[in-house]
Amino acid sequence: MENIDKTILRIHDLSVAYTADKLSVSHVNCDIPRNQITAIMGPSGCGKSTLLRAINRMHELYRGIQVSGQLWMNGLDLLKTNAMQVRRQVGMVFQRPNPFPTMSIADNILAGYSLNGLRLDKSQRQTIVEQSLRSVGLWDEVKDSLTKRGTFLSGGQQQRLCIARALALRPSLLLMDEPTSALDPIATATIENLISELKQEVSIIIVTHNMGQARRISQKSLFMYLGELVECGDTEQLFSDPSDSRTRAYLSGHIG
Amino acid sequence: MVVLAALMSVPLLAILGKVAVEGVKNLTPQFLFQSTPTTYQALIATTSGTAIPGGIANGIVGTLLMLVMASIAAIPVGIFSGVFLAERHDTIFAKVASYMTDILQGTPSIILGIIVYAWIVIPMRGYSAIAGTVALGIMMLPLIVRSTEEAVKMLPSSYNEAALALGGSHFLTVCKVIIPSAFGQIFTGTLLAVSRIIGETVPLMFTALGCAVVQWNIARPMSGVPLLIWQFFNNPTLQPLLWSASLVLLIIVLLLNVSSKIVANKWKI
Repeated sequence: MENIDKTILRIHDLSVAYTADKLSVSHVNCDIPRNQITAIMGPSGCGKSTLLRAINRMHELYRGIQVSGQLWMNGLDLLKTNAMQVRRQVGMVFQRPNPFPTMSIADNILAGYSLNGLRLDKSQRQTIVEQSLRSVGLWDEVKDSLTKRGTFLSGGQQQRLCIARALALRPSLLLMDEPTSALDPIATATIENLISELKQEVSIIIVTHNMGQARRISQKSLFMYLGELVECGDTEQLFSDPSDSRTRAYLSGHIG
Repeated sequence: MVVLAALMSVPLLAILGKVAVEGVKNLTPQFLFQSTPTTYQALIATTSGTAIPGGIANGIVGTLLMLVMASIAAIPVGIFSGVFLAERHDTIFAKVASYMTDILQGTPSIILGIIVYAWIVIPMRGYSAIAGTVALGIMMLPLIVRSTEEAVKMLPSSYNEAALALGGSHFLTVCKVIIPSAFGQIFTGTLLAVSRIIGETVPLMFTALGCAVVQWNIARPMSGVPLLIWQFFNNPTLQPLLWSASLVLLIIVLLLNVSSKIVANKWKI
């Protein structure tokens, strides 16, 4: 029971195949801790984004991608639950900031509700917009321009808007796919600090090819190589004393 | 190159010049607000040396009415089909449907006219604006489908992914994210489709037939500006009105083209 409480997501024997003869993610088993940050590292093409996108069923948007295994969250197998319901509980932040270009800042925050056909009254809308923007530290910067389009913000602000948009639905788990790779160093630092604070309210899985970032913000780390989960464990442990030779090679810059 | 490019504009300028010079002669307010004169009225006016009375109000009303009805029917169908074709462009069904759209676009308008005549005019036992609307709607459809498809294909997939990652339903994602994001291009395409079919004459000959007075009953035969032009051409006494009717038609088309450009520029995202 204690184990279940500490774990938000249990990945069991998860495989993803883009083509029938080759697994891009191969039989991954791992527990994702609650209210912590879990980093997935690995060289390009190792399957880290593929693994991440399996969790909120993004692969179903494209034809011919096979996902097998089990993903247990709050007593439900995510792969056997309604995909829309899964995505409401599992938020996602993408590599490039992608606020909806025709929507205002406020409408972007509320998009999760409007796209689900949920109606909110005015005070609920105001509360959600303010809370979500405050939680990403964007409220003071944009509170006077909530009706302006989100695309007028800077890249870093846009990415925080996208995080706020995902948080507005109060997800249990937040997936981040290299959220800072398109940002400058200052915006990256802001987002990293933000992510570290957000773990109080939501469990986070972040894909990153930046080892420094993984070490700075995560408590648990996964190292993937050629579709396989090579090593997974406490971040400090994994960085200071990796048990697998491939992890050691990656951390020392010999592969990747 | 420059010379060739300049040569390109010669036909257009020649057309505009000829139509404007000839058309302005009869272009009075009454020309826009009165119905077509009879041959007898025109003959009397010509012999007594006065201007031909009447105008093309019946044609303008008919053209606008049929265009609006055709648009109401064709635009939603065209846009949703276009979105579907863009989203499922890798399926065999969408490929076939897309090819069909091309063929429909290339179908000679006279054949469409005959088909609608067989489908609607014969069962309804009479020519009507409804039949004209169907013919124009079918002609608009492939143009709207194509422009929507192209517009949606150009959108980055990240919009679609972002919306669906929020648990959005497919239908609401299309309505609230995909179509608004591509709206500028879709609207431009739709206006161009309207301006392309506004001058269609042949399908209307088989369907709406024409009417000498302003007709609001869509179950009855109705006139259109291009039909009137054809009618004026065939009637020596009414021929002076030919150029003015052409000028009106040309002005409507130009207005649609210019406004589509303005919208396209304003709606850049």
